[in-house]
Amino acid sequence: MPRLTRDDVAHLARLSRLALSDDELDHLAGQLDVIINAVARVSEVATPDVPPTSHPLPLTNVFRDDEVHPSLPVADVLAAAPAVEQQRFKVPRILEEE
Amino acid sequence: MTAQTVAGAPTAPLLDFDDAVAAYEPVFGLETHVELSTRSKMFCGCATTFGAEPNTQVCPVCLGLPGSLPVANRAAVEATIRIGLALHCTIAPWCRFARKNYFYPDMPKNFQISQYDEPLCTDGYLDVEVDDRVFRIGIERVHLEEDTGKSLHVGGATGRIHGADYSLVDYNRAGIPLVEIVTKPVTGTGRLAPAVARAYVTELREVMRALGVSDVRMEQGSLRCDVNLSLHPVGSTTWGTRSETKNVNSLRSVERAVRYEIQRQAAVLHAGGRVVQETRHFHEDSGVTTPGRSKEQAEDYRYFPEPDLVPLAPDAAWVEELRATLPELPLDRRRRLRDAWGVSATEMQAALNAGAVDLIEATVAAGAPPRDAYKWWMGELARRANESGRELAELPITPADVAALCELVASGRLTDKLARDVLDGVLAGEGTPHEVVAARGLEVVSDDAALQRAVDDAIAAHPDVAEKIRGGKVAAAGVLVGAVMKSTGGRADAAKVRDLILRTLGTNS
Repeated sequence: MPRLTRDDVAHLARLSRLALSDDELDHLAGQLDVIINAVARVSEVATPDVPPTSHPLPLTNVFRDDEVHPSLPVADVLAAAPAVEQQRFKVPRILEEE
Repeated sequence: MTAQTVAGAPTAPLLDFDDAVAAYEPVFGLETHVELSTRSKMFCGCATTFGAEPNTQVCPVCLGLPGSLPVANRAAVEATIRIGLALHCTIAPWCRFARKNYFYPDMPKNFQISQYDEPLCTDGYLDVEVDDRVFRIGIERVHLEEDTGKSLHVGGATGRIHGADYSLVDYNRAGIPLVEIVTKPVTGTGRLAPAVARAYVTELREVMRALGVSDVRMEQGSLRCDVNLSLHPVGSTTWGTRSETKNVNSLRSVERAVRYEIQRQAAVLHAGGRVVQETRHFHEDSGVTTPGRSKEQAEDYRYFPEPDLVPLAPDAAWVEELRATLPELPLDRRRRLRDAWGVSATEMQAALNAGAVDLIEATVAAGAPPRDAYKWWMGELARRANESGRELAELPITPADVAALCELVASGRLTDKLARDVLDGVLAGEGTPHEVVAARGLEVVSDDAALQRAVDDAIAAHPDVAEKIRGGKVAAAGVLVGAVMKSTGGRADAAKVRDLILRTLGTNS
């Protein structure tokens, strides 16, 4: 039984807005399962007294002061936009909103 | 069952409110988002100014460009801890931010940095008062996250040609620190549910104001509400299916949305139907909610600890330092002022709803008797604010002006009627009350000789009326009082004039 099924991959593809063909799903499900199994071997050596790591550095409370710094010039900001109108990012209509 | 319809919106049948709360018990919860008023954003140094030109307050961090790294704003973390302390919460000694993944263009990086199973503050409460009763609203959690961008929807509903639908996004708001405050389910409020919900959001807003952590301007979206509500038959212990109403963005709307959902769900249950678990949208204009996305496909946000940020670990010393900065809580303050001013809980609630508490307090501090200060702000000034669609604080009159007005009336230099004329002058920008009195010549005629002349003139002009009064028809004096008031431009004390007339005509009673 694979850890990651073809249905899981189809679900993740939908969440990621990726259109995958049936062939791609078959192919990727197998590949991703191999990767997951490789990573899962970590749990074989991790003991319950080792907490999961969420950050590589053993630091807490790293803050910046509440100071304003210059933002990007608006032309640079919009240079990355797929389309621009009224100085805003123009995107396909967002569904589920009034 | 009385089915009601609401004009101009897709309508659901509604059960009469009284019938609904007689048969069903509401359980509600509120999720409130408060934008913090820090100078810079949550994880970058971009400014947070409201109303700036679109996309002028963004940088690689809040755009989520590759290689950029967020760093938490200390002031935002401190503000959140102070909010948690004011709401009697436990502050987590260690917690992390979490990445909430979703594809939606209101966040350019396809995720929002939030908190998930490790909120900064948990398990508190906020007391609110309704109709002289205290309701303790449990607080489930308070967590810190970043706000999303603002979308402008073009086409379709706004009347553009079919097929032209698209959205325009401004990321100035994306990354502004946002605190989410979630209540525990509120039970046992019955018919008071709409009022308690409103009172909670009002009280929460007062707490934020007192802490100085947010502008809490609902009309600018710096305080926003979602209302969860379910009904179950009175006497049942099993709660019903809930709806989640979004976009509830004014205090009045909180009350209306709760009331509407009670009536709508009651109608569904009354007709033998089942309430659907779904997200609904509240419409400010019509006061109705309409269905949005169904919760059948539960969201899958794939939360995981944010790998670009290190954990928060507020130690006890830091928390106590922040606790020492807490102001007197608004409810405690209002209870103290209530005693000092000699007003009832209901009167104080009215002053709170009208935004008058600070103004009355400042007026009293400027020397006015509390009762008079209350009367002017909650009477004449509230009426004028209402008429012009403004908040009391927006009226161009200061507490010192109102205190001066109270003093002028108390010393007999102005009648109440003249004081209202002076108010007109102050509100019209003609200066302080004393300046308006001088400029408009509004002071009460206190010169007895001048008043006597006006009375003599009135008697001379109305010999028939004078004769009646001499003959004992004292009630006829009203005509002469009116004449004197007219000739003095309303600047005389009517009671005094009446006495003077009767004395002059020898019928002193």
